[in-house]
Amino acid sequence: MNFGFNEEQELLRSTARKFFDNECPSTTVRTLMEAPEGMTSELWKKLAEQGWLGLIAPEEHGGMALGIVDLVVLLEEMGRAVVPGPFFSTVLLGGLAILEAGSDAQKKAWLPKICSGEARATLAWMEPSAELGAAGITLQAAAKGSGFTLNGTKLFVHDAHTADVIVVAARTSSGQNPEDGISLFLVPKGTPGLAVTLLPTMDQTRKLCEVTLTNVSVGGEAIMGAPGAGGKPLARVIDRATVGLCAEMCGGAQKVLDMTVEYAKIRQAFGRPIGSYQGVKHKAADMLVDVENSKSITYYAAWAMDEGVPEGPLAVSMAKAYVSDAYRRVSGAGIQLHGGIGFTWEHDLHLYFKRAKGSEFTFGDATWHRERVAQLVNL
Amino acid sequence: MDFALTPEQTSFRDEVRSWLKKNLPKDWTDRMRIGSDVPRPEVYDFLRKWQRQMYEAGFVGVTWPKDYGGRGLTFMEEMILHEEIAITKAPPVLNILAIGMAGPTIIAYGTEEQKRRYPPKMLSCEEIWCQGYSEPNSGSDLASLQTRAEKVGDHYVVNGQKVWTSLAHQSDWMMLLARTDPKAEKHKGITYFLLDMHSPGVTVKPLKQITGDAEFNEVYFDNVEVPEANILGGLNNGWAVGMTTLMYERLALGFGLQVRLRIALDGLVDLARRSKKGGAPATKDATMRQKLAQLWIDTEVFKYTGARAVTKLLKGELPGPEASAGKMMWVEGHQRLQELAMELQGPYAQLGRGTKWAVDGGVWQHSFLRSRANSIEGGTTEIQKNIMGERVLGLPKG
Ligand SMILES: Cc1cc2nc3c(=O)[nH]c(=O)nc-3n(C[C@H](O)[C@H](O)[C@H](O)COP(=O)(O)OP(=O)(O)OC[C@H]3O[C@@H](n4cnc5c(N)ncnc54)[C@H](O)[C@@H]3O)c2cc1C
Ligand SMILES: Cc1cc2nc3c(=O)[nH]c(=O)nc-3n(C[C@H](O)[C@H](O)[C@H](O)COP(=O)(O)OP(=O)(O)OC[C@H]3O[C@@H](n4cnc5c(N)ncnc54)[C@H](O)[C@@H]3O)c2cc1C
Repeated sequence: MNFGFNEEQELLRSTARKFFDNECPSTTVRTLMEAPEGMTSELWKKLAEQGWLGLIAPEEHGGMALGIVDLVVLLEEMGRAVVPGPFFSTVLLGGLAILEAGSDAQKKAWLPKICSGEARATLAWMEPSAELGAAGITLQAAAKGSGFTLNGTKLFVHDAHTADVIVVAARTSSGQNPEDGISLFLVPKGTPGLAVTLLPTMDQTRKLCEVTLTNVSVGGEAIMGAPGAGGKPLARVIDRATVGLCAEMCGGAQKVLDMTVEYAKIRQAFGRPIGSYQGVKHKAADMLVDVENSKSITYYAAWAMDEGVPEGPLAVSMAKAYVSDAYRRVSGAGIQLHGGIGFTWEHDLHLYFKRAKGSEFTFGDATWHRERVAQLVNL
Repeated sequence: MDFALTPEQTSFRDEVRSWLKKNLPKDWTDRMRIGSDVPRPEVYDFLRKWQRQMYEAGFVGVTWPKDYGGRGLTFMEEMILHEEIAITKAPPVLNILAIGMAGPTIIAYGTEEQKRRYPPKMLSCEEIWCQGYSEPNSGSDLASLQTRAEKVGDHYVVNGQKVWTSLAHQSDWMMLLARTDPKAEKHKGITYFLLDMHSPGVTVKPLKQITGDAEFNEVYFDNVEVPEANILGGLNNGWAVGMTTLMYERLALGFGLQVRLRIALDGLVDLARRSKKGGAPATKDATMRQKLAQLWIDTEVFKYTGARAVTKLLKGELPGPEASAGKMMWVEGHQRLQELAMELQGPYAQLGRGTKWAVDGGVWQHSFLRSRANSIEGGTTEIQKNIMGERVLGLPKG
């Protein structure tokens, strides 16, 4: 057992920390979040040059062939810097779905472009019912000749407005098990009948869209894998993406703790630094426990994903349940301990607070994942 | 990042596993259904025998050097051992203060003679140890202690009183902190002694606890003579030595407590399956499922945070924030677990030993009451948070 990071991973961490300090300080974050794209092409290009867009893609498709644990290191740093833009949707949603479910031809067509930064991708799975899990997927894909016709609405789709390709989860049939009959389709930007609307979000660093498909006609080459067999790969993608999200959340929570401790050392009240008062100190200690535990369970879940151990999904749900609550508590305490200044737009804390809230409901909140834990341990 | 065991570690695990399978006392799991409970007086003799057996098999003090009775293995094996103990719900080690604290401190600070004399007898449970730190007027503020030790010839004469001394009534030896220089600053005039509890002038008076048991004591010293050779780590150096002990205590607690939380959780889930809510097992009730699942998650999280601390130790680094979180997590988790055990029983939670109506013979009640000590013993939660705030986060002292 070695439950720590190796030298390459530590190097990745320090490189990423420096990179985001330089390339994406909070002034940049604020500019990016106010722009509809949430990203500049210069920064996107630099991310590609680092190799990070292809971190987990195979070498033959232009990637670095690293694992989820490595991705966790990078995402922790991105969460720390609250980097906006379609990295998450491209690498962990669309890209991972193609990696997981795509044919050789589909991989060849999209992965090299994703790795090089030429193409952005995303995954459209959730619908207005907001139901997680396979039962929530009702968007119809009717067979038509050698192709399919797609009709329906997807909601909460990350960065669909800037995506070059959207992986759409649809229902081609229904079976006894809600997972049966789900198919994944590659729908490129500009396909007739595909409409994308950017939605106003609380966390402006994260763009969410409504995607409607009205008689969208795709050829047989658009389906990923056998018809009806998309449920399992979709679940695997979501589990991995959930771990990635947890890593981002850990990085954000750590940053809030760091900011708060720094502030508590210098801010004076009643003639002393506020950090010397136990009311403040003890809150900071609670934040520390939340942050450390969040990391522990996230690292375990990432390892479990890379190793494909049977308890992988359990580890993912334990992580998401724990980290959702922890990041909310930590970012809330961060605002509290900053007093009035923590309540301003000018201070960065609200960026983290909003990220925490948005992330809490992405891929299921703590209550949903606790129930999944209960099922997986046979309660 | 690798959570898998090496072949050597796997074979150590198998060794532990098969030994436990063969030697685990059959009636134990029935006797102590909820493993978080502390050893009760009526099982002390049984536990002495059990520890001796474990020791002879090589499963006590696995990280201690071979020269001093240990096995010279790493914290990794210690962790594996504890995991197996948790899975099989094996009885706890009785001489816990010796194994967790006194032993490692003597190995760190002792003379060669002390290191050969004491640790082996701790491991075999021949000599039980207690910790004489707290006094009526110094608990959290330990450095304010007033028990005096004055030099007379080649020995020291101790006068004063300790309180809340767990196991003192069973103990042969005490880790004693006493003031040897009343004029020095309060942290600087303290010495760490190894005190023979059978010395003339030592009086132990049991104190009845909230549970009704007498597990801790008042200890009085009336001109008790301690040879100079029983000073550990040098005259007036007791604060540093005592703090080392507490660091080991926290580490040992981290391993041991994760085990106890796991065992208690299994017991709780079992209780929930047997309890009815709306005509169905309580495990099927949505609210109960949420609470149980959260405890499950917290128990696992505790384990992985511990694993990160162990990884640092194995690399020769001191554990950082991961280790300080341990004690607080245990306390918070365990108290919540015991509250949930009460909630599952509803009105039956009120009934104790002595009626057929009591759930599991009233054993949960005892562990529920006992769990209130968790946030006090071994340093209160408030003190723990001060330490984390100041030493880990670097916040200024109050
Ligand atoms: C929405 C909003 C509206 C407001 N409107 C008004 C208004 O109309 N008029 C007005 O005068 N003010 C107003 N305020 C200011 C408000 O009263 C102050 O923000 C508040 O009193 C805290 O002061 P501070 O911001 O300087 O924080 P600080 O005093 O710097 O406190 C920072 C943190 O340290 C903690 N802390 C400080 N001292 C101690 C201590 N001794 N022990 C334990 N913890 C301590 C605080 O609780 C806080 O968590 C408003 C603030 C907000 C957010
Ligand atoms: C079951 C049990 C077994 C024990 N076994 C032993 C043993 O074997 N050997 C031994 O030496 N001791 C033992 N103790 C004693 C234990 O270590 C002390 O009770 C503990 O350190 C607290 O000291 P105190 O009881 O004097 O409380 P106090 O120090 O009087 O504290 C009272 C309250 O004030 C709070 N407080 C005190 N100072 C601060 C501060 N600076 N900041 C914030 N809050 C503060 C405390 O957290 C606590 O909530 C045991 C205690 C129990 C309950």
